[in-house]
Amino acid sequence: MNWHSCAEFFAMGGYGFYVWSSFGMAVVLLSIEPILIKGRYANIRNQLKREAQADQFERDGL
Amino acid sequence: MNFRLLNWFKYASPGTFYPLLDKMIPLFWILTAIFAGLGLWVSFFVAPTDAVQGDGYRIIFIHVPASWMSMFIYIVMACWAGLGLIFNTRLSGMMAQALAPTGALMAFLSLWTGAFWGKPMWGTWWIWDARLTSELILFFLYLGFIALQASIDDPRRADKAGAILALVGVVNIPIIYFSVTWWNTLHQGASVSVNTAPSMAHTMLWGMLLMALCFWMYSIAVALMRVRVIILERESHTEWAKSRVGVAI
Repeated sequence: MNWHSCAEFFAMGGYGFYVWSSFGMAVVLLSIEPILIKGRYANIRNQLKREAQADQFERDGL
Repeated sequence: MNFRLLNWFKYASPGTFYPLLDKMIPLFWILTAIFAGLGLWVSFFVAPTDAVQGDGYRIIFIHVPASWMSMFIYIVMACWAGLGLIFNTRLSGMMAQALAPTGALMAFLSLWTGAFWGKPMWGTWWIWDARLTSELILFFLYLGFIALQASIDDPRRADKAGAILALVGVVNIPIIYFSVTWWNTLHQGASVSVNTAPSMAHTMLWGMLLMALCFWMYSIAVALMRVRVIILERESHTEWAKSRVGVAI
């Protein structure tokens, strides 16, 4: 085990700012990317659903 | 045409490939989570403090996987682009388009973590060193590919234009890889090489490989998610695309 306390862990032997800026940016970007794609996926699904419903109304009437 | 070839081309059509995606995406997310857990645990709790760089070296566990993926994704993207040019298959262009933003993200992450590693160890955020500059060019190549595709309205023409850019840009990949041996650079040589023993402690190496696997699985999961969206967007005029969203037609 490398660390004796939480404070020591976050300090990273004095390199805390650099280490956590690197890992932090990785976590932020790798979290945002799938969220953005999920939004885009929901949009296209809704659009397709509306179009399918419109087709149905056209065929069967309201 | 023999049986095997037929089968292969079957999945080159978005309509037949699509159902596979729903099964593959959760699988790759689970693998990402497993390797992330193992990788981060080794990175912070198993790998020892470095004798020279203290705990600052731990940036390597993000920096190296991100750099590897930025180069590897570019090669995969160029392969799909090339396949699209040769066979004129629709899915190939979609795959290339789905990979580009993730590759750009990895290249950015490589540069970002490199800067935060360079500052405490070299005393500078940035230097016009061969390795750093060629990686920056890779980032711009990704952005150029995305911008070029976005600027052409017809998706098939956008695929072709993008494919040529992607294939020409491949020349940059060996330049990045060998930059540390071809030129005198501030950047250190390869940490892991095929012919020689790794120049680092075993636990450090394991942490790096586990994190690389995590980034690899993440890239596959995200690229498949994006290609699923692109397929629906481009095939939105077809009956099968509408039937996929659960409305009875």
